[in-house]
Amino acid sequence: MAENNCMCQEAGVLIFPCSGGSDVGELSDKVARKMAKCGQAKMFCLAGIGAHIPGMIESAKAANKIIAIDGCQVLCSKKILEHAGFSPISFNLKDLGFEKGKTQVNEENIEKAANKISGGKIEKTTIRDSGGCCGN
Amino acid sequence: MKIEILGVGCPKCKQLTANAEAAVKELNIQAEIGKVTDIDKITEYGVMMTPALAVDGTVVSAGKVLSKDEIKKLISK
Repeated sequence: MAENNCMCQEAGVLIFPCSGGSDVGELSDKVARKMAKCGQAKMFCLAGIGAHIPGMIESAKAANKIIAIDGCQVLCSKKILEHAGFSPISFNLKDLGFEKGKTQVNEENIEKAANKISGGKIEKTTIRDSGGCCGN
Repeated sequence: MKIEILGVGCPKCKQLTANAEAAVKELNIQAEIGKVTDIDKITEYGVMMTPALAVDGTVVSAGKVLSKDEIKKLISK
């Protein structure tokens, strides 16, 4: 029954971008989506954690690893997750060389940031048949 | 008390249901155990990982098959 829709698979790595209003906030969002598309992590809703939705909190507790991607040193994603009781692995795009107000949100920067976060596991050729993944 | 098992009906969901039934039986409490198998309804609870367990409308666990003893602790709070 509905095997294909089963949500019982392992939670694995969950990724929470800050998705903020600035260029680096947008970059964090696109990097997370790219990593999710490439199977590096599952993107999750930071807003649901911030709103303390019990189902979202409990679902996040099932993760093996939680990654926060923040665009700047305010570290909103990391702080929201910590406030909810999680200890995320934190990445600040500023530390990865992306300056707020001076960053172009383009494929090159998305791939560069994603590679730095995933330890080089994002490759252009990954998951070709899913369409549009990893720079294809 | 209303206990709901959220999941589309895979073996893990069935095991969680069995564990919840055993927990209720051992505690000898009155509880209605229901199943939520509709994905839209599961998502309305904010649950992204199943099986999940809700007590009186609040999700108390997601993405794992709680044991009978773990459920007993949760519902006797």
